[in-house]
Amino acid sequence: MSRIAIIDYGVGNLYSVQKMLECVELEWVLTSDSTTIDSCCGILLPGVGAFKKASEQITSRGLDEILKLQASKGKLILGICLGMQLLFDCSTEDGLSYGLGLIEGMVDLIPSKVKVPHVGWNSLDMTKECKMLKNCKDGDYVYFVHSYYAKPQYKEAVKAVTEYGIKIPAVVSKDNVYGFQFHPEKSGSTGMNIMKNLKEMFI
Amino acid sequence: MLCKRIIPCLDVKDGRVVKGTNFVRLVDAGDPVEAAKAYDMCGADELVFLDIEATNECRKTMCDIVRKTAAEVFIPITVGGGVRKMEDITELLNAGADKVSINSAAIKNPELIREASQKYGKQCIVIAVDAKRNTDKGNWEVYVNGGRVNTKIDALEWCIQAEQMGAGEILLTSIDRDGMKTGYDIDLTKAVCNSVNIPVIASGGAGNKKDFLDIFTISKCDAALAASLFHFGEIPIPDLKQYLFDRNIPIRIAEKEV
Repeated sequence: MSRIAIIDYGVGNLYSVQKMLECVELEWVLTSDSTTIDSCCGILLPGVGAFKKASEQITSRGLDEILKLQASKGKLILGICLGMQLLFDCSTEDGLSYGLGLIEGMVDLIPSKVKVPHVGWNSLDMTKECKMLKNCKDGDYVYFVHSYYAKPQYKEAVKAVTEYGIKIPAVVSKDNVYGFQFHPEKSGSTGMNIMKNLKEMFI
Repeated sequence: MLCKRIIPCLDVKDGRVVKGTNFVRLVDAGDPVEAAKAYDMCGADELVFLDIEATNECRKTMCDIVRKTAAEVFIPITVGGGVRKMEDITELLNAGADKVSINSAAIKNPELIREASQKYGKQCIVIAVDAKRNTDKGNWEVYVNGGRVNTKIDALEWCIQAEQMGAGEILLTSIDRDGMKTGYDIDLTKAVCNSVNIPVIASGGAGNKKDFLDIFTISKCDAALAASLFHFGEIPIPDLKQYLFDRNIPIRIAEKEV
């Protein structure tokens, strides 16, 4: 069953990510139903907007428990942008609020010695081997749009960083849980490469 | 390192690219989706679609264009022109736009900026500012309705206010330079970049490669936009990007498709 569950918790603009999944011939379903999620081979947690609102949406739909259960069963989970931030313990955006706690650490505002939000194409610097980044190389450009960044508690979780005043974790993972701070679906051919890696891992 | 962005702007009317694009041989030079794909292939960092008629009917057509483009082109897409209310923003974002650019409506109702950025995140709310120098007062003033109406609002003050209200980016067009091909308005761009801490896109006046080098070297702007210069192949984007790259501007050199 090579279908991906895109978690539906009321965030908009999933069109591009859906189209890119289709481009690499991955079947997807937009859902918040636990049985459907359980039947899928992998989970994609999207996200734009603010952490607090998103985490409230996730909790109110019971998705936090579903996602934690799926993670503990070893299912591959990928969070993109805010979806990646939600994998962490907590965020300071709009006051402290709690995430899924699947990767240890917190999410905080990018220090304002640089322009915030961080918008545009920035280069990846691989820090650890990661299957998601197979065929990618240091200096490959991907597209970022965010004001907050993840601060993982353990540096083993950081697989790639990008330089923006500070080193911002761009790819994080722990066991079967992965997160991208950038948008693969907006990152042209590099993004497409990463989606192909994702497909190999999902199947 | 964060790259400076090169952004082609496509003016759309009745679902067609105005004046067409002929920098590469397209089957249909007026088809916005074809043009967008061609720009993606040649390394554009982002695309702007500007609806120059901007009636409600046009927005439906624009949504359709965005939907078709976003299905095939995986780079960010900004849509502007006639965005008046929350529903317009919702429609465009749902169609696959990454950012929506608001101009006159934000001046009339600055609360729209706050409302939109709280709902969708400030990263997708671009405020388009059309500014023209007032030589008597020695400042720049904001014009609306396609540059026809002077609001007398100070452009720098407006940019600062827009940032405070939740704008995620400023698309700054110099009316004085637009279409002149004498270079971007460096003074204006510098002044705005020094006033806000959000990304600024310079627009209006590019005529040659050095104009891009100058605006990126002298001001802190994050992106440079042009329209006809790219459409008619006067400056091919790959040449421009290589030129800037060779002069130490951080630029994304897209990998050639194999």
